[in-house]
Amino acid sequence: MLVPVRWLKDYVNIDIDTKEFADKMTMSGSKVETIEKMGEGIEGVVVGRIESINPHPNADKLVICKINIGQQLLQVVTGATNIKEGDYIPVAVDGAKLAGGLKIKKGKLRGEASEGMLCSQEEMGISKNLIPEALKDGIWILDKEYPLGVNIMEAIPFEDEIIEFEITSNRPDCLSMLGMAREAAATLGTKLKYPEIQLKEGKEKAAEKIKVKIEDVEGCQRYVAKVIKNVKIQQSPQWMQQRLMKAGVRPINNVVDVTNYVMLEYGQPLHAFDLEKIAGDTIIIRKAKDQEEFKTLDGVNRILNADMTMITDSERSLAIGGVMGGEDSEITETTQWILLESANFNNDLIRSTSKRLNLRTEASSRFEKGVDPNLADIAADRVCQLITDLEIGEVLEGMVEVYPTKKEIIQTSIRPNRINQLLGTDLSIKAMVEILKALEIEAVEEGEEIKVNIPTFRNDLQMEADFVEEIGRIYGFDKIVPTMARGNIVVGGKTNGQLMEELAKSQLNSMGFNEVLSYSFVSPKSVEKILLPADSIKRNFVRLINPLGDETSVMRTSLLPNMLDILSRNFNRKNEEVRAFELGRIFIPKSEESKELPYEIPNLVLGVYGEGEDFYTLKGVIETLLDGMGIKDYSYEVEKHHPTYHPGRCANLMIHDRVAGVLGELHPSVLENYDIHKKCYCAELDFSILMALTRLDKLYQPLPKYPAITRDFAIVVKEDLYVREIEKIISDKGGKILESFKLFDVYRGNQVPAGCKSVAYTLTYRHKERTLTDEDVNKVHETIVDTITQQLGGTLRD
Amino acid sequence: MEGKLRELQQKASEEIQRALSTEELEKARVKYLGKKGELTEVLRGMGSLSAEERPLVGKIANEVRETIEDLLSKAKDQLKEKELQQKLEKEAIDVTMPGKAVKIGKKHPITQGMDELKNIFIGMGFKVVEGPEVDTAYYNFDALNAPKNHPSRDISDTFYITEDLLLRTQTSPVQVRTMEKMKPPIRIISPGRCFRNDTPDATHSPMFHQLEGLVVDKGITLGDLKGTLEVFVKHFFGSQTKVKFRPHNFPFTEPSAEVDASCFKCAGEGCSFCKGSGWIELLGCGMVHPNVLRNCGIDPEIYSGFAFGMGIDRLIMNKYEIDDIRLLFENDMRFLNQF
Repeated sequence: MLVPVRWLKDYVNIDIDTKEFADKMTMSGSKVETIEKMGEGIEGVVVGRIESINPHPNADKLVICKINIGQQLLQVVTGATNIKEGDYIPVAVDGAKLAGGLKIKKGKLRGEASEGMLCSQEEMGISKNLIPEALKDGIWILDKEYPLGVNIMEAIPFEDEIIEFEITSNRPDCLSMLGMAREAAATLGTKLKYPEIQLKEGKEKAAEKIKVKIEDVEGCQRYVAKVIKNVKIQQSPQWMQQRLMKAGVRPINNVVDVTNYVMLEYGQPLHAFDLEKIAGDTIIIRKAKDQEEFKTLDGVNRILNADMTMITDSERSLAIGGVMGGEDSEITETTQWILLESANFNNDLIRSTSKRLNLRTEASSRFEKGVDPNLADIAADRVCQLITDLEIGEVLEGMVEVYPTKKEIIQTSIRPNRINQLLGTDLSIKAMVEILKALEIEAVEEGEEIKVNIPTFRNDLQMEADFVEEIGRIYGFDKIVPTMARGNIVVGGKTNGQLMEELAKSQLNSMGFNEVLSYSFVSPKSVEKILLPADSIKRNFVRLINPLGDETSVMRTSLLPNMLDILSRNFNRKNEEVRAFELGRIFIPKSEESKELPYEIPNLVLGVYGEGEDFYTLKGVIETLLDGMGIKDYSYEVEKHHPTYHPGRCANLMIHDRVAGVLGELHPSVLENYDIHKKCYCAELDFSILMALTRLDKLYQPLPKYPAITRDFAIVVKEDLYVREIEKIISDKGGKILESFKLFDVYRGNQVPAGCKSVAYTLTYRHKERTLTDEDVNKVHETIVDTITQQLGGTLRD
Repeated sequence: MEGKLRELQQKASEEIQRALSTEELEKARVKYLGKKGELTEVLRGMGSLSAEERPLVGKIANEVRETIEDLLSKAKDQLKEKELQQKLEKEAIDVTMPGKAVKIGKKHPITQGMDELKNIFIGMGFKVVEGPEVDTAYYNFDALNAPKNHPSRDISDTFYITEDLLLRTQTSPVQVRTMEKMKPPIRIISPGRCFRNDTPDATHSPMFHQLEGLVVDKGITLGDLKGTLEVFVKHFFGSQTKVKFRPHNFPFTEPSAEVDASCFKCAGEGCSFCKGSGWIELLGCGMVHPNVLRNCGIDPEIYSGFAFGMGIDRLIMNKYEIDDIRLLFENDMRFLNQF
């Protein structure tokens, strides 16, 4: 909402500077976005009159003007084409400064002296889209005679400050000068002055010229019509044009300008029809016909539907009610009779109409937020007053009105005690009543309560809480003393799940993994890129009905595609090594129809590439992570059929017979799909399973009191034997005294037959209660070695 | 005899001083003090001395022995020290060569910011609560008192899965879910991902992060809200930071306010960062609307509460002067390594 301060001062006395005023308004709830200073930096521009225009001897497109600026006659060379002798115009004299820092100096143009410059509105700092059509590309022709030589800033009220307020959606009443003036008056503790409306009407009765019938009572709550005759369409006076432009509205002609002016002043949108273009004598407000075609005054043909409210005559549609008028009944230069409409339309219907037609206007954006229906007659009268005052036409007597259900003031009561409790204040009842009165809310103290009349322009006030805000903000949030919440003891902190996530993250950080975050939605094609089969459960997506695009149209069922995108991006940006993880959720539909909330399962994905990375480094990371989380009972299962991974380099992480994850080298075809030309290793883990087993509470294990004995063995086995088979036997046969074992060497070469490998283990034995003897150890160790050689066909190496 | 001993001492002393290694010292020790050494040799001649001379010479012999031993020991220490010096000199390296870095990973800057915020609020007794990213229109809008025609419900604003299921546009549904389950006193924060139908550009992202807070108890006031947020702002941005509460409007709260912090770049002077205003818009907040309490089965006549919510991504971007929100989700390692 753009509010020119000079205009605002018509209604409220502001005797502080604009910056201070703006700060106060911000603190009472009308946030100031910007303050624009019109005319700032403009100097030396005076009113001049064109006395003569003569051709330039050396240039076809230039003319030489003699400009009277009172004491002096200036010669100015200009290329302007919209000027004539006798025009009053702004002249920038030698040494003048214009908007944007342009400086004007005496000089010669094609050999002829030029002692100044005739100014356009744009050069005076008005934005081009607000300049009236006639003056858009030419000199600013003033509307009437002004004293010559006088500074333009003083001659017309040009210099101004324009405050842009952010108006919240609950306060459509503030979308007007009077609405803002009301806020200003309450904020500053001064009085609001409404315009005095005195009507001069003719004898002829409006009711004899037109009737109004509302068929669509849902769409139109109130319709007020006035009739004006002997209309002279011209441009409106400069002061009005100035105000409109400063408020962001382009001047059109006197009638349209007056309706816009009153809309800006009161917040009531108005429309003027050319009465002679209306067929019959009745305005009918009804629903549009489905698929009805209608040409709005912007020249666009629009297809309507049966929910839209139309203003019609006996033959055809005249306007889309509350949105835009039609081209056929538009005011033109020859218009002589006007039907002025001041109506009220249903906000929800206006919103849907405007959205459907993709057509938002000053009128529709006000109606869709809600306009007080009790404004309609006042605004109509105000327009008529201005029409008479500005001698635009003659107003016929009376108004034609249909207002089936009058919106009444609602009475309620509020409890000052409760209000103080909620604000943390100690305001007296009297102080509260004063604040409400300042906001034009009638309020009377009645015992422990305040009786309030909620004015019809304040739709947002419904219950006591709404008054807590009114009283709080006008009293001043800044005056409320900050305190800490008292009351019962509450214990803060994180849940175990959150602590586990944090633990996992810091474990991974310490192993060189960066955390990444990626979108929760992905492309449905992502599962194809990781080669999941057609019947994969991960192709069963939670789908968005209005995604930004296919790329982000389904909720992810795996974190892997995003991780691969990230690896690919980093690879293609020549980042040599990556260790990354994401801990996020996957989304699995609960039912086919997706009526229920999907399962959201926390997953962990790891991705690495770079020098020194291989399957075992990643496996080591996972083991360190599991160890750090206190998870012990896990194992690996060879996985040869996972389509995403290398069939010979992939394993499932098994926890309690459940697949808790998969890790492996990515399948070359997957890497190709992601344009990565380097081996990558990834792991996908179901973090919910890990969380269920994580032990955050740890128990101390006494340090061993007795020495350990270590024994090594190396055994030659077939190349395709998994060491897990050997380790199973070690664990099985190790008994109570086997403390730990470790694979320390795998050898292939001269001393080992082809197709075989030598694997070497160190076994550590220890007894908890005594020192072991060689015999104790030998017995167990030999059993282990024997069993391995017998069961797995290995031969012991010396 | 005495002369011989003195001579011996002199000789040994010279030899010890000449020794260049511990081995040479050892040789000298054996030569003079060993079982077959020169001192023993000299003392063998003691038998030819008179009874008066013997103790005298014996004393001198002991003195000589002690002196030599002392010299040996001192020389040994010196040599050891010298040898150590030489060894250390040989071992000198180019300390200006680069160190062998241990690579550690970093938490995503958003996580780091979240952690910092969580810790501040945990310090004030808040519990961290999370909820689903996919939620119902009821939890995301209806229960939060959002009018049926509120523009935020529009498909141009909110991602829908069905008419009723959507991607939460705020973490406030978690507050409703918490109030349904927990009875006051409630003091929670809910951090998490949120979604809005925005095409990604430098300042917009269809996915972003929020942290919201909720306190419900008997006697909670707007002053408590101000106090809590002031503590938070001063913790996060520094104790010099000023806080401004501006009245605003949200369906979820009544009264509502927006909170600005004095610009942490210019300390409120006005700079390009705060667009000359001296203030940075930080968060929205207010007293929980009685309708919302009632929707959650809490009697607004007995209890009151406040709520606040802030965007984390913007906060992080402000803090690190990141000028494009997309950087946060590109996950370039060169970006992530900086935090």
